[in-house]
Amino acid sequence: MLQDKDRIFTNLYGDFGRDIVSAKSRGDWKDTAALIAKGKDWIINEVKLSELRGRGGAGFPTGMKWSFAPKEIKTGRPHYLIINADESEPGTCKDRDIIRFEPQKLIEGCLISSYAIGANTCYIYIRGEYFNESKILQEAINEAYKEGMIGKNACGTGFDLDIHIHLGAGAYICGEETALIESIEGNKGQPRLKPPFPALVGLYGCPTIVNNVETIAVVPTILKRGGKWFASFGRAKNTGTKIFCISGNVNNPCNVEEEMGIPLKELIEKHAGGVVGGWENLQAVIPGGSSMPVLSKKICDTIKMDFDSLVEVQSGLGTAGVVVIDKSQDIVKCFARIARFYKHESCGQCTPCREGTGWMWRMLERINKGDADVQEIDMLMDVTKQIEGHTICAFGEGASWPVQGLLRHFRGEIEQRLTFKNKKIA
Amino acid sequence: MSGKHVEKNQPTSFEFNSANLEKINKILKKYPSERKKSAVMPLLDIAQRQHDNWIPYAAIKKIAEILEMPHIKVYEVATFYSMYNLAPVGKYFVQVCTTTPCMLRGSEKIVKLCKKYISEKEGQLSSDNKASWVEVECLGACVSAPMMQINDDFFEDLNEDTAIKIFEGIKSDQLPKFGSQKGRIGFEPNKRLTLVKN
Ligand SMILES: Cc1cc2nc3c(=O)[nH]c(=O)nc-3n(C[C@H](O)[C@H](O)[C@H](O)COP(=O)(O)O)c2cc1C
Ligand code: SF4
Ligand code: FES
Repeated sequence: MLQDKDRIFTNLYGDFGRDIVSAKSRGDWKDTAALIAKGKDWIINEVKLSELRGRGGAGFPTGMKWSFAPKEIKTGRPHYLIINADESEPGTCKDRDIIRFEPQKLIEGCLISSYAIGANTCYIYIRGEYFNESKILQEAINEAYKEGMIGKNACGTGFDLDIHIHLGAGAYICGEETALIESIEGNKGQPRLKPPFPALVGLYGCPTIVNNVETIAVVPTILKRGGKWFASFGRAKNTGTKIFCISGNVNNPCNVEEEMGIPLKELIEKHAGGVVGGWENLQAVIPGGSSMPVLSKKICDTIKMDFDSLVEVQSGLGTAGVVVIDKSQDIVKCFARIARFYKHESCGQCTPCREGTGWMWRMLERINKGDADVQEIDMLMDVTKQIEGHTICAFGEGASWPVQGLLRHFRGEIEQRLTFKNKKIA
Repeated sequence: MSGKHVEKNQPTSFEFNSANLEKINKILKKYPSERKKSAVMPLLDIAQRQHDNWIPYAAIKKIAEILEMPHIKVYEVATFYSMYNLAPVGKYFVQVCTTTPCMLRGSEKIVKLCKKYISEKEGQLSSDNKASWVEVECLGACVSAPMMQINDDFFEDLNEDTAIKIFEGIKSDQLPKFGSQKGRIGFEPNKRLTLVKN
């Protein structure tokens, strides 16, 4: 179990003040100017050494992403840093706690990261429902300006940084980085085709790096304690500490910062008070937010929670939003509801996604009622394959994978249900 | 993509009040001067807050004028995002999350209580005209499920008893304090293994 001395988020539970004075007493804004003085290359290299991978869902190596930003800033083409605080993936609620309890960690991270990529303006895009959290963050930003940590000559480094909050208004798709950029530009949140990637053509057509809240908030500690320190947790390419959100049928749902690679069973039993009714009452777990394929109990018994271990079992760490489903739940109903989520949230510009999400939802609703033929299971799988890989953005995969996971692990049950129901009707 | 209910009885004009005009000037400074359009979302939000929690068409035209963009573009944005109301909602606008993590912990019971205490039909005003409720997708508070949002505030860690207290509070204009209804500060576990408070 991760020890307190190795925790990055020492105020994750809001035990202490969130104000800048308290935050400084916990180590925030310590030596920031000295770190910046070491230069861009040193910062990016240290982040590469840490093997930090993005905490927003895709797990892209952060240091590498930063190195895609052009070295030279051309006139009329300023660089931007955008912090993705849209946090709308079902099962995920970690960025909210960083914002409301550790805002200075995020702001300090914004300064260092902006410096590293040559951005003098940073936008933080927060989902609109987090209105109270956005007020807290704005207060924290105001404090940081007042103390000279950001703004003109931030921390006395000669570097200028402005940070602005942009509130979303209820659209899951705006978490996708190009939809988010469209949204800040004042448009509907509809993703753009990539390439070009935002690092070259992003906000207002300028080089833009988009990173998740947690990714940026851990950067100051990585630089202060060393990339090697961060990399000493977990295993190669799956390093560091990570905030896990444990929800669903557990005795004590909670968020916890743990070591990457912690066994799922330990995570649930130690921190979340165990599965309701005991481990044997476990039916399935969604390991990384609703887009990541579900795991059967058998896999849950031994799986370790990191990027590559979960890919090996055809799932993913995603946002590390762990949704626990016990045996009292109707598994088809759970996934019919997830399918409804995707149908509601599709931005509508690709036909396979717009139409396919509706198909998957309606088919699952019918299967749930037993009002379908066994042959339709293959048809449903086929629909997921028609969507996957045929859309502008990764929402298509996010909508298909949960259904594929369900069919992979619970096909027997579904077949039984349909055979039994059909018999009853006949 | 969600369908939107648009009010038939529209006011003929809309003006931002002076406090809000000041706010708008500040907001415009966040974006490059030639990218005024970026302010469309914050302006829709201000209009909604000024106008009893819904945005009339006259406000959309006003925003288009201020931001020098076609009003159909503003309308497009207003219809795309689920938080903009284009028809009146209750003074207490209750949004119950029913996505799977909340469903696993009993959001269906909360919906039933909405039907009983507010209105039989989703989106309908209560008989005392005070409240309305809708089902929404994940609000990003799954660890304190089931939960609901009332206006700007999250009410979390609900059970039937605490939800009833809240619905009764609406009737008497005395809502309990928002946040966790079982006394949590954040998403901490009941039993602390680590990060013990000194
Ligand atoms: C449909 C969809 C929704 C997403 N939602 C979020 C989100 O809410 N928050 C987030 O940080 N990343 C989200 N992402 C991932 C972003 O596109 C992007 O990869 C991420 O913000 C990059 O930051 P990171 O490298 O620090 O993880 C989403 C992606 C997709 C396809
Ligand atoms: S995949 Fe879906 S959400 Fe993504 S761009 Fe296409 S329609 Fe929109
Ligand atoms: S599912 Fe209800 S808050 Fe996430």
